[in-house]
Amino acid sequence: MNGAVLQVEGLGKAFREYRMEWQRMLGWFGGQQKPKSESWVLRHINFQMQAGESVGIVGQNGAGKSTLLKLVTGTLRPTEGSIRVAGRIAAILELGMGFNPDLTGRQNARYTAGLMGMSPDQIDAIIPAVEEFAEIGAYFDEPIRTYSSGMQMRVAFSVVTAVRPEILIVDEALSVGDAYFSHKSIARIRKFREEGTTLLFVSHDAGAIQSLCDRAILLDHGRLLIDGAPSDVMDYYNALIAEKENATVEVHELETGATQTISGTREAVVETIGLFNAKGESVEYVNVGEQVELRVRAAIHGGIPRLVFGYMIKDRLGQPVFGTNTYHTRQILEDVRDGEVVEFRIVFPMNFGPGSYSVSTALCSSDTHLVNNYEWRDLALVFTIANQNRASFVGTAWVPPQIEILQHRK
Amino acid sequence: MKLMLIAIWHYRHFILTSIRNDLRTRFARSQLGAIWGILQPLAQSAIYALVMGRVLGSRLPDTTNKYAYVIYLLAGLAAWTLFAEMITRCLTIFVDNASLLKKMVFPRICLPLIVSGSSLQNNVFLLGTTLAIFIIVGNDPTWAWLWLPVLIIVTLAFGLALGLVLGVLNVFVRDVAQVMNVVMQLWFWLTPIVYPVNTLPDHFALVLRLNPMYAIASSYQQVFLWGHMPHFKSLAVIFLASLLVLAAGLSLFRRASPDMVDVL
Repeated sequence: MNGAVLQVEGLGKAFREYRMEWQRMLGWFGGQQKPKSESWVLRHINFQMQAGESVGIVGQNGAGKSTLLKLVTGTLRPTEGSIRVAGRIAAILELGMGFNPDLTGRQNARYTAGLMGMSPDQIDAIIPAVEEFAEIGAYFDEPIRTYSSGMQMRVAFSVVTAVRPEILIVDEALSVGDAYFSHKSIARIRKFREEGTTLLFVSHDAGAIQSLCDRAILLDHGRLLIDGAPSDVMDYYNALIAEKENATVEVHELETGATQTISGTREAVVETIGLFNAKGESVEYVNVGEQVELRVRAAIHGGIPRLVFGYMIKDRLGQPVFGTNTYHTRQILEDVRDGEVVEFRIVFPMNFGPGSYSVSTALCSSDTHLVNNYEWRDLALVFTIANQNRASFVGTAWVPPQIEILQHRK
Repeated sequence: MKLMLIAIWHYRHFILTSIRNDLRTRFARSQLGAIWGILQPLAQSAIYALVMGRVLGSRLPDTTNKYAYVIYLLAGLAAWTLFAEMITRCLTIFVDNASLLKKMVFPRICLPLIVSGSSLQNNVFLLGTTLAIFIIVGNDPTWAWLWLPVLIIVTLAFGLALGLVLGVLNVFVRDVAQVMNVVMQLWFWLTPIVYPVNTLPDHFALVLRLNPMYAIASSYQQVFLWGHMPHFKSLAVIFLASLLVLAAGLSLFRRASPDMVDVL
């Protein structure tokens, strides 16, 4: 097991339908019957997780994310392959935890803790902490049917995470409920992580994946497409969403070791891209707040009725820092001819914090790259911002402060 | 099997809490609360007593008690209520708990145990009331009443064994529950509870012999109305058969378990 807390090998799950149900039943006693239809929701899934690692699962609806979590949790049984788990799993799958609407929050919390296998003493010990964490006040002793879905979520999350598990599994539940509790629960998850909990979670929120996970796994149609750094996986995922019939997705390994994803129909492609300083010199290192110009030359292959250029500056973790496009700036080009070269020059002050940044570019026909994606290019340009002459600060934004200090002495 | 017992032991507190919760929630929003659990079967027997008492009461042999029919009826219903509750609740046990089974991992065998415990609990309340009525109408306790725990165990075992098998099947073929609704009504009327056995034509003898509920219900009636020993031999046969069916049910449950959540 070489320290892996979770090892998934050749995992597959099929939902089988039989012409008659007795054929399924016969199968339980060894008389294997041929099902009428068999749909593999997941197949050939292999990955492992080390203690303390956190992995995000991304993929489109129906990719098999929830099924994978249910298999790991154990509510669904695999059709083939194996899952080996070392340690206690706590899982929040969907909303509500099967609460009983007529029991109070407290009774339901005790019930759920009992379902998780806790003894009455343990339950007595955790309930005050659950009540405190959920912060629903007097509602804790009211029947669950009077709760909003956010309040149910609060109680569910508080109970399931009352004791730090070895493995925590969260299925999009964090997106439910208010921002305050969502922050609070993410803080608790971070704390667990520091204490050694392994986290496996599904989210559509790229930000959450990139800030919480060491690794991400992309599932598509039940297959594991890639398993890698969250920013690379998210780029690939974006490209995948944009993929259309005649579009291709290319992944390059850059010299820096990062992976670059390029997708689109290639009717318009970025030929060169560069960052220039005020003197017109090409630069890779930029000072905080320096005036710069981003120059992008795009070549057009085949006539295009509408052309929109977009760019996005991302930080080291792949989180968007700033992005816009010529649709929003009302500079849409109409009827661009074959063979034309279009140059975009964007002047802006580099008001970002020190660190490494990348630029992604998009050439498409409207404000989203989901329709007529001519080209989407991640990591088209990488540059570094250094703080050369400003007072030291942290963060990705440079917001020049004017601090006034008024001392009132008595 | 051993693992199952360990799991049950580990979850014993959970099972007991759930049985308590069950009583709490079932009548959560009614004014009379848990009293309904007793009131309903009593009302049912009151109706039978009113409608049929005159006609059928006089047919009861070997008794001069003027409340004989009421005692006969209540004794039979005490058995039937327990059995019917076990069957109807086990039948939909997995379907009703679908959301729980999909979200949480716990020993699923807890569910039938919770149903058994809670049915037993309801039955004890009903029996308490029934025995009180017996004493009020002047049917004084006899030593035969001590057979009651044995009768309860046999009824419970039979209900659980049959209920578990049907409950598992119902997950995959939902028609089972529909069919059983009809079957249970027919079964009730094929068991001498409302009417004395001697009112049945002779050619029903075979049906009666094959009906385990006849042996069970008539044992209750023997004990309470006539103060006789129950049909010990038939009860033993039913109990052993129930254990066999229960073992088969557990094996079916274990094999069906991986598929269960898939179709819920």
